[in-house]
Amino acid sequence: MNANQGSKRIVIEPVTRVEGHGKVTIQLDEQHRVTQARLHIVEFRGFERFIQGRPFWEVPVLVQRLCGICPVSHHLAAAKAVDRLVGADELTPTATKLRLLMHHGQFLQSHALHFFHLCSPDLLFGFDSDVAQRNVIGVAGRYPELAKQGVLLRKFGQEIIQATAGKKIHGTGAIPGGVNKNLSPAERDLFLGQMDQILGWSRSALGLAREYTLDNLERLAPFGSFDSNHLSIVRSDGAYGIYDGLLRARDAAGKLIFDQVDNQEYDRYIAEEVRSWSYMKFPFIRSIGPELGWYRVGPLARVNNCDFFDTPEAERERQGFMELTQGKPNNLTMAYHWARMIEMLHSAEKIQELLHDSDLQGEDLVVEGERREEAVGIIEAPRGTLFHHYRINENDQITMANLIVSTTSNNEAMNQAVRKVAEDTLDGVPEVTEGMLNGIEVAIRAYDPCLSCATHALGQMPLRVELVDMDGNVVDSLQKG
Amino acid sequence: MNKTVIFLLDGEVIEGSPGKTILEAAEDAGKYIPRLCAYKGLAPHGSCRVCTVLVNGRPQASCIQPIADGIVVESESAEVRELRRGVIEMLFVEGNHFCMCCEKSGNCELQALAYRFGITAPRYPYLFPKREVDATHPYILLDRNRCIQCGRCVRASRDVDGKNVFQFGGRGAGKRIAVNAAGGLGKTDAAVIDQAIEVCPVGAILRKRVGFRVPVGKRKFDHQPIGSDIEGKAGPTAV
Ligand code: SF4
Ligand code: SF4
Ligand code: NI
Repeated sequence: MNANQGSKRIVIEPVTRVEGHGKVTIQLDEQHRVTQARLHIVEFRGFERFIQGRPFWEVPVLVQRLCGICPVSHHLAAAKAVDRLVGADELTPTATKLRLLMHHGQFLQSHALHFFHLCSPDLLFGFDSDVAQRNVIGVAGRYPELAKQGVLLRKFGQEIIQATAGKKIHGTGAIPGGVNKNLSPAERDLFLGQMDQILGWSRSALGLAREYTLDNLERLAPFGSFDSNHLSIVRSDGAYGIYDGLLRARDAAGKLIFDQVDNQEYDRYIAEEVRSWSYMKFPFIRSIGPELGWYRVGPLARVNNCDFFDTPEAERERQGFMELTQGKPNNLTMAYHWARMIEMLHSAEKIQELLHDSDLQGEDLVVEGERREEAVGIIEAPRGTLFHHYRINENDQITMANLIVSTTSNNEAMNQAVRKVAEDTLDGVPEVTEGMLNGIEVAIRAYDPCLSCATHALGQMPLRVELVDMDGNVVDSLQKG
Repeated sequence: MNKTVIFLLDGEVIEGSPGKTILEAAEDAGKYIPRLCAYKGLAPHGSCRVCTVLVNGRPQASCIQPIADGIVVESESAEVRELRRGVIEMLFVEGNHFCMCCEKSGNCELQALAYRFGITAPRYPYLFPKREVDATHPYILLDRNRCIQCGRCVRASRDVDGKNVFQFGGRGAGKRIAVNAAGGLGKTDAAVIDQAIEVCPVGAILRKRVGFRVPVGKRKFDHQPIGSDIEGKAGPTAV
């Protein structure tokens, strides 16, 4: 890559080690100053059309076509909406706990994948270390035990999903008003037998993330960081919750913007803005407006937002996490990793707790009530708050679907992170290196975006970097992945 | 007592009662011949061609072809299997089949046949035809995207239910399953207990709001390939 005379535009496309396809463009002026830095995700809203006319009971399975990375999240968010369509306002304990188990299985596998496979190369070797080594193969070579734990944690999560949903992807477990199966004692015992190891590995991964953050705090604190609002659901008692809860938003200093908001009312509090340069929308908090009302979702927002975790180890860890910022929200982009690993340990603890609950072997699986024609389902997906909103006609067909996926909610935040890193590391630098560009990606990766979800398309792509001059001519390019 | 008819099926001597079709006689002997339009208790139709066999070297639909003394029938040869495979693949590309999100998955005869034949992806291009969903009936859904035009519902409605709810309309590639009311299925006298609703081999006629109530692992073809009930019933192949 050469230091080109005159102004130029750097394009990182697609961004690697994230789920899906996106690109970054950075505009430099003659003095190599960053004039603009943006993350583009090509959003394809084909799905909302595709789903029109389909019968509503098909939806929790159908929506899994949205994204091969997060099928369980879409499955459960849609199921929660569809529960309301059949008037099932309260599911049986067996159904609720099975879905919770499925969801925690998904958190475990998703967070393990992200931390071990996608991010550990940056953290273990350094953002600008040798690119030949900075990948999951490199990790497996240098830290074989760690790589193995990542694989097995993931496998355990996937097996939980399979046992509760019937399949690892395109499962059918959650149906309108409940679930279609319980957990057999044999399945339960198989999982219980592995619990000690799963908890142990989750603890050590969390230890790694915590120590890494604290040891490198000076460098990480400003890295891609900025103040923002934080949004998530929390349980009605204020506890951390991922499956069922009420919406809460705090500002960067921790002041509540709204709290205990009924899921059905979400669109009175959240709106989406369209910007000319991006296909993806920018959601914001209505009361603050599009300019400053954008917010972050995901592990950082959830840990910041909740009052406590209802499992002992995660709660202790949360307190340690909050101490760093004197109980105020943590606004560091790189703190996502630490928060994410607290969540992973919590999911392991919850799975253990649930496995000991005999409700999982209950036979009472489905309830029904009075039919409705409009419903919203909101869950916390591994990547953040996920909104599914549907309307049906008198023939049970979908007439309207609106989805806000986590990655869309984090759209502005990721753009802020990109801009921050670009300004801090590229500004005025005569030669842009691969390591610097990877730094941009490191910041994006902290948010664990699922561009596949966000684009509502299927598939993933590798990375391409292009230097483009002001007239749009490609001056140089670099291919990765 | 009638004399029996003796013929050869894949080199094996089979005895059948006169008047039976090849498909029926084979079935009595514990030999499964794949089929889609044929259904026990409904008049044979001979339209889907999945049951094709070679009779004295010539392709015939075994569901309408009566047995005859001394005929040589080839059913499980590579050539016949390849013919059937092609037919099954065409049925997939002619409609809009997304098995992974279809509630008939695991209970679907077309899908089960694809598994039995080891079809992972059809060799023909998908046609993605435009097909209408009829959700007007309060308890029954007609999703033409998955209809394979086997005519089972037509025969069952006419001959068993005595109702004539279903008929075919249009010609050639435009042929579609139709209902005998302009306002859709909801304006017909179709009832959820009709045999016409029961017999659909695919996810085209469904009882509403049943969806995915049967979990993966408990569905009809989750553990046994289609036809194994017949193969397990009689004859030397039963182990
Ligand atoms: S009807 Fe059968 S073949 Fe068609 S999509 Fe459904 S399961 Fe698949
Ligand atoms: S609706 Fe079903 S039974 Fe009727 S023709 Fe189509 S596939 Fe056959
Ligand atoms: Ni996704």
